[in-house]
Order: sequence, then C-alpha cells, then structure tokens
Amino acid sequence: MANGILVFAEHRDGVFGKTSFEAVAAAQQLGAELGQSVTAVVLSTDAGLAQEVAAYDLSRVVSAENPKLSEYTPDAYTDAMERVVRSLDPAYVIMPHTYLVRDFAPKLAARFARSVVSDCIRASVEGGAVTFARRIFLGKIDADVQTDGEPPVFATFQSGAYRSEQARRGASSAQVESMTVEVGEVRMKPEPAFQEVKQAVDLTKADTIVAVGRGIKSQENLALVEQLAAALGGDIAASRPICDAGWLPIDRQIGSSGQTVAPKLYIALGISGAIQHLVGMKNSSTIVAVNKDPEAPIFDIADYGIVGDLFEVIPVLTEEVKKLKG
Amino acid sequence: MKIIVLMKQVANKDAILRINKEGNWIEEGDLTFEVNESDGYALEEALRTKEKHGGEVVVCSMGPQRVKSVIKDALARGADRAIHIVGDNLAHVGPYRAAQIIAEAIRPEQPDLIFTGLQSDDYGFAQTGVILAEILSLPHATIVIEVDASGEQLRVKRELENGWYQWYTMPRPALLTIQSGISQIRYASLKGIMAAKKKEIKEVQPAEASQAGAHQRINKIYFPQKTKQTQFLGDGNAKAGATQLAEKLRNEARVI
Ligand SMILES: Cc1cc2nc3c(=O)[nH]c(=O)nc-3n(C[C@H](O)[C@H](O)[C@H](O)COP(=O)(O)OP(=O)(O)OC[C@H]3O[C@@H](n4cnc5c(N)ncnc54)[C@H](O)[C@@H]3O)c2cc1C
Ligand SMILES: Nc1ncnc2c1ncn2[C@@H]1O[C@H](COP(=O)(O)O)[C@@H](O)[C@H]1O
Repeated sequence: MANGILVFAEHRDGVFGKTSFEAVAAAQQLGAELGQSVTAVVLSTDAGLAQEVAAYDLSRVVSAENPKLSEYTPDAYTDAMERVVRSLDPAYVIMPHTYLVRDFAPKLAARFARSVVSDCIRASVEGGAVTFARRIFLGKIDADVQTDGEPPVFATFQSGAYRSEQARRGASSAQVESMTVEVGEVRMKPEPAFQEVKQAVDLTKADTIVAVGRGIKSQENLALVEQLAAALGGDIAASRPICDAGWLPIDRQIGSSGQTVAPKLYIALGISGAIQHLVGMKNSSTIVAVNKDPEAPIFDIADYGIVGDLFEVIPVLTEEVKKLKG
Repeated sequence: MKIIVLMKQVANKDAILRINKEGNWIEEGDLTFEVNESDGYALEEALRTKEKHGGEVVVCSMGPQRVKSVIKDALARGADRAIHIVGDNLAHVGPYRAAQIIAEAIRPEQPDLIFTGLQSDDYGFAQTGVILAEILSLPHATIVIEVDASGEQLRVKRELENGWYQWYTMPRPALLTIQSGISQIRYASLKGIMAAKKKEIKEVQPAEASQAGAHQRINKIYFPQKTKQTQFLGDGNAKAGATQLAEKLRNEARVI
C-alpha cells in the first residue's frame, strides 16, 4: 500500500534553491501530522549532491541518477521521477512551485492520470485526510481543496508558504540511496541559461520606489506617477502588465520575473498584489498601497492603505510631500 | 503551419467577487467575463507566426455559450476558425479532465503547434497545457516569451526566475505555454469584425463531462485572512487619506 511522503529537492547546476528546503519543511510537517516517513529525491548524475539534503531530518535521500539528468529537460525529469514514484509508491509527492517544477510536474502527474494540486499555501490534516489551501483569482480568494482516488497526490507549495528555516536538521546524516533510473528519448535541447545584457536601472539600491500597476489605465497617466516619484526623490517601477504593454521598460518590473527590491519606502499604486509581484517587494520596510478595491491582496502586506481612486490620491500626496520637504 | 490556440474565458479582473450560497465558488450570475490574460498573448503569437510562415490559426475554447464572445473576438483579430467545446460545468472538471476533453476535440486537427496561456487567472492551475502535451505525446515548453518557427526545429526562449532566460530547441509538432508580454496585442479592426461573421465556429459536445476523475475538488472558498495590521487612512475619502499619509510617512515611518 502506498505510504510515505516524497519531497522533490530542486537544484540548478548543483545549487539547491531556498524553495527546496521550504518544500522539505512542508513535507516534514505533513509527515509528522500523518505519522508517515519523509524521503527526499534528488535528480542528478551522481550521488554527491544528495549529501547536502541528507543533513535534514529525513528517513532517507534517494539519489536518482542518469547521465541525461546533467541538465534540466521536462522529458528526462518526468521519466526519472516517474520511475522513482513507481518504485517508492508514496502517498504524497511534495514539490516547490518553481518555474522548473511547473514545467514538468503536470506531465509527471498526467502519467498517473491526474493533475497536481498546485501552488498551495497551506496544508492541514484532519482524520488522516489532507486539506490543501490554494489561492485562486490572482490571490483574491482562498480555496480548500481535497483529493480523491488512489494515491499518490502530487502537490506543489508556493514560495514563502513555509520557511526554509523550519526544515528540521537530523541528529545524524540521513542515508543516501543511489538509484539508477531509466530515461527515454529527450526531445528538447536546452542552450545555456543567460541574463539579458546588464540592466540599465538597478532598483535594488533605491531607498524609495513608487510602483504603478494596471490601475493607472494609460501610458499618459504615468506622468502623474513620475511627479510623485520626483517629489519623493524616488524611482518609478511597475507591475508586469505595465511593462508587457511597453509603457515602461522591463528593467523597471518588480516581481518573480523582474527585480527583487527592499527599499525603505514602497508605494504601490493600482497594483492588486498577485504573488508574483509580492515576492519582489514584500521585504520593503514601509509599504503603502492605494487601491479602489478594499479586498485587494496588496493590503495584506501594506503598513498604510488608502482605499480609493489613485487619481485623487496622487496629486494631493505629491503636493503634501513637496510641502513637507520644503 | 496549423496552430491551435487554447483560450479560456475568466471573470473580469476588475469584477467584485462574491462567494456563492454553497460557499464553493463565486457568484457568477452578475459577473462580466473576459479572455484569460496570457491566452490573448498566445493568440497574438499564433497570428504573428502565421503571418511569417503561412498556415491557419484555429481557436479552441471550452465552456458554456458565453465563451462565444471570446471566440468571436479572436476571429475578429484574425483567427481563421474556431472549435467550441460546449458544456456548462466544463470549467470545474479540473485540469486533467479538461486536457483529456480538449485532446479529444483537437486530435483530428493534427496541428503543427498548440499555444496555450501559461495559467488561468481564475483557477490558476498552471498545468492544462502541459498535461495536454503529455496526452498527445508532444514535446512542450512553458513560460515562453519568444518563438522562432523558421527552422526545421522549433526554437523557443523560456523565462526562468529572477531575470534569467534559456533557449530550447525541439521538434514539431509541439505545445507551448505563452507568457504575457511576448508581443503587443493587436486590436480587432472593423474589417476583421465584419469578416469574423463568416468564419466557422464548430461546436462539439464532450462525450462525458462529469466531474468524475477530477481528482481534486474545492470544498469551500473564502476571503484570505489578513495577517498584517494595515492602517487604513482617509476612511473612504481618498484626498483626506493622502494628506494623512504624507504626515504619517514623515512623522511615524520617518521615510520622508
Ligand atoms: C510566471 C509568472 C510570472 C509573473 N511575473 C510577474 C512579475 O515579475 N511582476 C508582476 O508584477 N507580475 C508578474 N506576473 C503577473 C501577476 O500574476 C499579475 O497578473 C500582475 O502582477 C497584475 O498586475 P497589476 O496588479 O498591475 O494588475 P491587476 O491585477 O489588473 O490590478 C490592478 C489593480 O488596480 C486597481 N485599480 C484600478 N483602477 C484603480 C483606480 N482608479 N484607483 C486605485 N486602484 C485602481 C484594481 O482594484 C486592481 O487591484 C507573473 C505571472 C506569472 C504567471
Ligand atoms: N476551458 C478552457 N478552454 C480553453 N482553454 C483552456 C481552458 N482551460 C484551460 N485552458 C488553457 O490552459 C491554460 C492554462 O490553464 P490552467 O491550467 O487552468 O492554469 C489557459 O491559459 C488556457 O490557454
């Protein structure tokens, strides 16, 4: 019978991301509440990498190996993980909701004729059954989700849902087990990952950032925001749709696919607060949100909030700031 | 080159969401709907690929009759024809069943490329496309922000986290999930709107549209609990709020 929790520890070129250990923390918590053991799996070409994960409180670490796992491809990762899951027969497979996992986990789940309970923010156990909470409607609503049918259940956890420091270290190193896995034809060929030529603006050093979202409505209206930024002596930044539309260059985008910043003051104007935006600015010291929707998720992380029309707020705020700054 | 574009209709982003009586979904009666954001970019990329290399763009949308407005808009922008998989509850079957049903509907088309959005703005599963690729035995790439279909092999640029990118090469046919911002979306022209009226919309009914096999289901939905104590300023008066804010930023937060 299926038993135990398998946690996928992701690495890029041998470096484990923080989200992998957040997934370990999630798996350990589920394991404790369900009374099941937790096994981690590392995909690579040799067992060396698995040692780093073995420091955590796990019943063992499986090092699934094949030369085709030297670089990430969805074909190779899916084949390898399918072999591991079929051989270990876990009840739950826990993964971080990263871009890499998003790329292959649904394919893996499909091999078991099911989908992934994706991007979860919590999991709770009652009477042996797990309820997963996920955020829907771009963060505006939470949903409690349950699964049915045969195990395994595949679930991914959102970055920040658990803290990596919560992952318990073991008293002694967990046993590492090498498993040679078969990998079939790999149809896609990756080229080396790269960053675009040096970004023109480095927002990571800014003390004050005035960020604008779709609530600004048109490119012309950006002038208003620029005036506020100038009055504050700050930099202007934006949510993704503003850069997608070409209203501001991409190097002003804040979020998971843009820059990660932590200024002293971050003012979010007409930004709803989707998780992909929040991960890029939530560590700012003081966060201000202006939004006409009182339920906008951005308010959840704001120190100061104004529920109202940004077109009324910005001119007054600009004038007041000018007065105060003399 | 035949390209199929999956387009889903979702609640308008600015809509005020209310929870239904059963507590397991939103009240849809008085909602306005629009096309899922990344699906609009998927269509644009398909139209551009067709303009460069010739071929046909077929839009496929699954849902109740109201999704016709998404289909008609896509035809007006330049898609050649459409497949509408009709059913009232098809939005709630979960991504695996959804992909199965879509696979059955489009398999006979034998497309060279399938474009989907990278995730839906309502459920946010981020997986229907990838599962569909697996069911159809196609290679795939997700979060694609550039497509080069000029060579024998398909070359695509994928977005990774934190400003990293990577090119992948793969054979056709293939499935790509498209990221927002891949290119600027065109408006429908008057001519396009007129021409759309004559374009074919094929309706298909899925063999079995029950929720059986959904694997995951929502028990209840609710507004997230606020974890931070936000000081709300102005009490509904935006201008008063702005004045108070300036004062607080100066004297309390000491950031200006
Ligand atoms: C893989 C992936 C990566 C992503 N990467 C990023 C990223 O790096 N950065 C990023 O920002 N997003 C990213 N996104 C997109 C993200 O999910 C959201 O879609 C996006 O952040 C929404 O931007 P927004 O808040 O400006 O727009 P919306 O969600 O449309 O919000 C607009 C807000 O403005 C408010 N508003 C409207 N009019 C007014 C007014 N007159 N006065 C006051 N308020 C008003 C509305 O109430 C609403 O809350 C990514 C998504 C995915 C799937
Ligand atoms: N009912 C549907 N009709 C058409 N396309 C869909 C439907 N559901 C999902 N899709 C496609 O699959 C993508 C990913 O959706 P999801 O897996 O729900 O995040 C969407 O962006 C659409 O392109």
